[in-house]
Amino acid sequence: MSGSKPDNKKTAIGYAPFFAFLVAGICSYFLKWTPGIEMFSRFGEFVGEMLLFLPLVFILIGLIDVWIPREVVMKRVGAGSGFKGALWVTVLAMLFAGPLYAAFPVALMLRKKGSSIRNVFIYLGAFSAMKIPMVSFEIGFMGLKFSMLRLLFTLPVFILIGILMEKILGSGYEMRELSSLDGGGSVS
Amino acid sequence: MTAFSLVILGIVLISALANRKRTWAGLRKGMTMFLNILPQFLTVMALAAVFLYFIPESAIREHLGDRAGVQGFIVGAGIGSVTLLPGFVAYPICAVLMKQGVSIVVLAVFLTTLMMVGIITLPLESKFFGTKAALLRNLLSLIGAIIVALLMGVSYEWF
Repeated sequence: MSGSKPDNKKTAIGYAPFFAFLVAGICSYFLKWTPGIEMFSRFGEFVGEMLLFLPLVFILIGLIDVWIPREVVMKRVGAGSGFKGALWVTVLAMLFAGPLYAAFPVALMLRKKGSSIRNVFIYLGAFSAMKIPMVSFEIGFMGLKFSMLRLLFTLPVFILIGILMEKILGSGYEMRELSSLDGGGSVS
Repeated sequence: MTAFSLVILGIVLISALANRKRTWAGLRKGMTMFLNILPQFLTVMALAAVFLYFIPESAIREHLGDRAGVQGFIVGAGIGSVTLLPGFVAYPICAVLMKQGVSIVVLAVFLTTLMMVGIITLPLESKFFGTKAALLRNLLSLIGAIIVALLMGVSYEWF
């Protein structure tokens, strides 16, 4: 997620479906078309509370971004291949938002810096399931109980996945070089 | 949502007391991100409202509710493994579905596979880690997600 300014034309296109829905909803009220009214009131029910909560989570993400720049944490992670390294990569993974594929290059970088195969996959696991921004959404929408239970069960699972990955892949396994990916083209 | 909103507001306050300028930069960054996703979010919720009008609650309960059995579980795991949805889309949809009576196990398996398994991004993942490692990670993650979801289904009622 970048903080780039949205350009106006793209924004207008993005809002088009919503405005179409809005107009259809208002027309439904005037024409007393029950299905339309029902869809529209359901939409209001869904969105009402969320529109107050969503900006807050994004503000939290923004604050994490300005207080803890990614580069600073990356520097600290260093060449830890043991238990302490596992802890650090988990902290790194938890701090930043983004889709899982955004973590692949970071995982490669960690390996280059001396993280063990196990810790690299622990990083991927922690990134996929424990990111604080994502967990914030989860607590807000699914409830604290759901979120805490999921974290409780997921944590041992991806540590085990990391250990298994290292065991099964064996010592001969090596990840690609970052430079070899540049010619790939489809990696964007 | 309310309690958690207060926690975030508390964090904003502490941040502002520590450094007002930096907090302002963070707020602006966050709001820009929010405005960037807002159209997408509104579209998804409008689509959800339309779809849910046509699919009666009883049908949702029957196929994805507590008594749906293995079928609902497989549907959840399948959709979660294949699709690529950001959290700000997936969680609101799941919150709506939870209110409609979709079971915790189904929601849990959908969300965990969505996070950990990525069939669509498999080619990309292979480029980084090699085909064998990418397949293995996705397979182990799928098994792991299923275990997590089952444990959640069992334990959710305990608390």
